[in-house]
Amino acid sequence: MRQTLAQKIIARAAGRDHVTPGDVVTARVDLAMIHDSGGPRRVAPILQDLGVGLWDKDKIVLVADHFVPGDTEEGAAILAMTRDWARRTGVRFHDGLGICHVVLPESGQLRPGMFAVGGDSHSPTGGAMGAFMFGIGATEMAGVLATGEIWVKVPETILIEWTGRLGDGLMAKDIMLALCGRLGMDGGKYQAVEYTGEAIRALSMQERMTLSNMAAELGGQTGLVAPDDVTAAFLHSVGGSVPDLSDLHSDEGASVLEHHIFDATTLAPQVAAPHSPANAMPADAAGKTAINVAYVGACTGAKYEDLQAAARILKGRKLAAGVDLLVAPSSKRDQDRAEADGIMSIFEAVGAKILPNACGICAGYGTYRLGADVTCISSTARNFKGRMGEASSQVWLGSPLTVAAAAVAGHIIDPREMLA
Amino acid sequence: MIGRIFLLGDDIDTDQLAPGQYMRGGIEAIAAHCLEAARPDFAPSVQPGDIVVAGRNFGAGSSREQAAEALRHLQVAGVVALSFAGIFYRNAVNLGLPVLIAPSIDGVVDGDLATLDADGGVLQLTAKGIALPLDPMPENLRAIIQAGGLVPYLKKRFAADDKGPSQ
Repeated sequence: MRQTLAQKIIARAAGRDHVTPGDVVTARVDLAMIHDSGGPRRVAPILQDLGVGLWDKDKIVLVADHFVPGDTEEGAAILAMTRDWARRTGVRFHDGLGICHVVLPESGQLRPGMFAVGGDSHSPTGGAMGAFMFGIGATEMAGVLATGEIWVKVPETILIEWTGRLGDGLMAKDIMLALCGRLGMDGGKYQAVEYTGEAIRALSMQERMTLSNMAAELGGQTGLVAPDDVTAAFLHSVGGSVPDLSDLHSDEGASVLEHHIFDATTLAPQVAAPHSPANAMPADAAGKTAINVAYVGACTGAKYEDLQAAARILKGRKLAAGVDLLVAPSSKRDQDRAEADGIMSIFEAVGAKILPNACGICAGYGTYRLGADVTCISSTARNFKGRMGEASSQVWLGSPLTVAAAAVAGHIIDPREMLA
Repeated sequence: MIGRIFLLGDDIDTDQLAPGQYMRGGIEAIAAHCLEAARPDFAPSVQPGDIVVAGRNFGAGSSREQAAEALRHLQVAGVVALSFAGIFYRNAVNLGLPVLIAPSIDGVVDGDLATLDADGGVLQLTAKGIALPLDPMPENLRAIIQAGGLVPYLKKRFAADDKGPSQ
């Protein structure tokens, strides 16, 4: 029976030879990731109420990121509670190392073929590793932590194929904004999105993570990229073991719900107008909208390669008058690499403000928030009204290249104009 | 119980339902600001038994279950929408908030009086005499809702097993 990658992973986790889309099955979880917001403060009281402990502490990964650096009284208390719970339970804990969706793959703990859950909507990021990973809420996570199981309705697969290669000045973020614009925020129909085609295979692991991350904005349950040599090389680089990858792909001719084909060679840099990622358009169609804040941040848009892309534009240039550039590297590892390569010094040279390795303005949980009437361009994933600050703030989304170009020009611009 | 309908549009997101700046607080603070950006009148005026009716992709965005919990805290009878975002839908079930898919919401007007029969799958517009059919919820999910959410459901299961997983 020909099966999709999603079917194969779920069938294995459910202890079956095969599964069919629409089946509701109970699956064993290989790895559960939680963070400081939806994690201990929410799940510990439920576990206590249920009177049960953890099903397997070695399969639970906790990351502190949403309330880091603890810049409010309540946030600091939540962090203290998170750290205390980590000590008492002995789960794997990453504290102050960055955002969960970036820290988890960097830890080598997430492997291709895993069936994994995360207590955060951007958990499909794990799909870049070829893992079926999806986001759940805290009550459901408590159930997983207690039992090691979760029910899942076997999804159909929506195949998204990009032919050709992306041109210079284009990034995975442009692919995702274009997809949000074309398919809408519910285009993924809570099914398994699988990215395929020459343009996808040519992408690095960090760029694939951007694709999978924003499967959330497409409304997919997960966003898969079949593991290959790029995946194996990444796993080696982070000290993770590489499982047998030979069957971790969708079979030729496996039945899919939809198959969309796009041409990467003709894609132009994209921006999304406030207040939805689906408001996508080419950057040069944005009417040179003036901006006051440029933000390079979040799991989506401040990984090493995102920092590198922004710095490529900024090197030897100045910020436009009246523009603030804020940079929150996704992880300490990526920031350390960027320090070593001189990338961070380029940000410092233009007067960028460097924020902690945490969710920062994107989550809007702490004191870092956008003020009233600010117009921001951001490398993050979502620009919902009021998410990053005051309801009157206007957030445009773009790739790190496009964000940096806007910071230099003072308005939205096609970054290719600065890549001579 | 007759309630008032709050009619909302497409893609109502979790940042509107549970704004980030109140996430460090408890559910009372979050619920007091529920839907503030989209419908400033919602949290101050919603009454127990009122019904939220919306378009496509209700609950888009974050996995924060406070989005569903806020509506539960405000004692809405349930949410009827053309479609739901996947994580929100699961969260709502797990917290015992009825969520029902309507093939059509044509004819529903903001402020209409209605009753929601979650088990029978009908939204009855009482003043208009219109009965809107709703898709029945899958049986495994109805069992969780009927238990009052996932926690009471699991309690029953562990009691039946007579041995919860121990650590």
